[in-house]
Amino acid sequence: MAFQESGHKTGATRRGLLLASGAGVLAAPALHAQAAPIKVGVVAVQTGPQAALGTQLRDGWTMGLRHLNNQLGGRAVETIVIDDELRPDVAVTKVRAALERDRVDFVVGVVFSNILQAIMRPVTESGTFLISSNAGPSTFAGRGCNPFFFNTSYNNDQVHSVMGQAAQDLGYRRVFLMTPNYQAGRDAMAGFKSRFQGEVLDEVYVPLTQLDFSAELARIASLRPDAIFTFMPGGLGVNLVRQYRQAGLANIPFLSTFTVDEATLPAQGEAALGFYSGANWAPNMDNAQNTRFVRDFEAAFNYVPATYAAQSYDTAMLLDSAVRKVGGNLTDKNALRAAIAAADFTSVRGGFRFGANQYPVQDFWLCQVVRRPDGKFQTQTVRRVLEANVDPWAAQCRMPARI
Amino acid sequence: MNTTLLLVQGLNGLQFGVLLFLVAAGLTLVFGVMDFINLAHGVQYMVGAYLGASLAALTGSFWLGLLLALPAALVFGLVLEFLVFRHLYDRDHLSQVLATFGVILFLNEGVKVVFGAAPMQMPVPELLSGGVPLMDGLLYPTYRLAILAAGLATAALLWFLVERTRAGMLVRAGATNAPMVTALGVDIRRLFMLVFGFGAMLAGFAGVMAAPILSVEPGMGDNLLILAFVVIVIGGIGSVRGAFVAALLVGLVETIGRGLMPDLMRLFMDASSARQTGAALASMLVYIVMAAILAFRPAGLFPARA
Repeated sequence: MAFQESGHKTGATRRGLLLASGAGVLAAPALHAQAAPIKVGVVAVQTGPQAALGTQLRDGWTMGLRHLNNQLGGRAVETIVIDDELRPDVAVTKVRAALERDRVDFVVGVVFSNILQAIMRPVTESGTFLISSNAGPSTFAGRGCNPFFFNTSYNNDQVHSVMGQAAQDLGYRRVFLMTPNYQAGRDAMAGFKSRFQGEVLDEVYVPLTQLDFSAELARIASLRPDAIFTFMPGGLGVNLVRQYRQAGLANIPFLSTFTVDEATLPAQGEAALGFYSGANWAPNMDNAQNTRFVRDFEAAFNYVPATYAAQSYDTAMLLDSAVRKVGGNLTDKNALRAAIAAADFTSVRGGFRFGANQYPVQDFWLCQVVRRPDGKFQTQTVRRVLEANVDPWAAQCRMPARI
Repeated sequence: MNTTLLLVQGLNGLQFGVLLFLVAAGLTLVFGVMDFINLAHGVQYMVGAYLGASLAALTGSFWLGLLLALPAALVFGLVLEFLVFRHLYDRDHLSQVLATFGVILFLNEGVKVVFGAAPMQMPVPELLSGGVPLMDGLLYPTYRLAILAAGLATAALLWFLVERTRAGMLVRAGATNAPMVTALGVDIRRLFMLVFGFGAMLAGFAGVMAAPILSVEPGMGDNLLILAFVVIVIGGIGSVRGAFVAALLVGLVETIGRGLMPDLMRLFMDASSARQTGAALASMLVYIVMAAILAFRPAGLFPARA
């Protein structure tokens, strides 16, 4: 890809000089250089046990570009997929290379918060816009908010608090909580409890490497809660959901976040039927944009999209609208920022707008796992739990008006 | 915690221990008999699970999947032996660790290329899909009883093979003094190859048995491998009997520890710090037990070579 570096200013002048010296054959590439493609670095984990989420995110972006004829605001796009390997040091090295060698115009993607935290400074300090299509840590929603950073997914705390509110609305009084013993797990419990008023029977922390949940399941059976709330991402969730069903506990409502979604449902299958989750989007949402997205995505990639893909698709549409608004001119950063903040695109979630901290202000839904007529499993909206919800950190953000 | 719950947790611990034994048995054979550190044993377990899940999906039957996965895992183990391990028997442990670690990286990515990154599932066979009510509101899945039975049967079979057959005698002799056995006209390389293939098949069997209760995903063997090493170190390297006792011990300590530790900590501190300290201590407990046992019996509970 090194030859494409010349697409920017220095290369253009060099080519101009060559042209002046009479090398007429180069006329075509010189013209081409004027309309150099917009380069976008898509950071998505492609290796390790969580690669399925990165694949969802990448495919959502690809789908968006397909619907846009591989153009953003009328300019051709070149996508550079960056595999962060779920290792912050690797992510920083690769993202720096994309910024300095490939001269990307935007960095988008990022599944995990620790990766986002690592690449935040290198990207924003280079004056490049960073748009997270999944990771939504509170650090960048509050005091650490940044004019070069946008988020098209959610703030992590919101999703967990949705389930707290849902438990409250459903009238559950005694709830059992269980999460892995690391920062995101503790955040999940705090988020749930921020809206749940009833009694927390017990809070159980399990190691991130847990395989067998039978000890915890026996405890749940002995406490007989009205419902359980859990956050068990990836393979942890697959193990828990199947063992929960096999232990005959499925009559105790299963409330969860990032535990039953389209990325894990193929492995959970029937065991997850009827289990609840909280989300800002589900494949069944009834609007024209979403219907088209889900139908074409499944046709192209042969699996059901999850929120990672939907948010990534929205990000492509967002950038398309922003580049169009500034007439394809990416040099005026203030104008570009205003164009992104306007969020003048049709979201698969229905409405979409940014708050002052450049995180979305959106509805959150209680979702439930269902089996579709074609035999595949997906989550489906049950009802709206939070309306036009602003994340709890937004008030702490002092966002500069100009860059 | 009442007595019923404690008994249930004990049963859970035994069952997890038996699953650990299935993985550790092959590892201790290869490590103890051939003095070969095979870090790739965990990925052989993973490959077994993938083979079982995909063959079961293909044939539509758990039993056919299990039946076909076993020879497939055996062949896979022999291929690995031929391509990689064969060239490492005479090298030091460091080379073996490096090479087999490379195999882990290669195969973890390999299954992703072949089967995709998303976790797969293997359905519980119809015959074993029910459950036995243990206490109010809790079923003990029949399938877990089947794992218990399979583990005990494997233990008995291994004991018989190693202690009571001619091949087992040669294996034990080869472990004690390989040059002497060679001098007596036994092709020790072929013997090792067979042991290795058998170990791979055991790992694959454990993988298939675990697939209906655990997620089949890349890297699924890595966590289990660490526990399996703890098991064979506690049990005494190379001893199948030691691996069996140690696996049950580790399973019990791990499961009951997780259930009891937070409650125990609550006697000393407030509820929220008790939960986190208890959870942290419970995950360390297995290693504390290992350290304690090694302090008194450095060669493990049942050293294979006295």
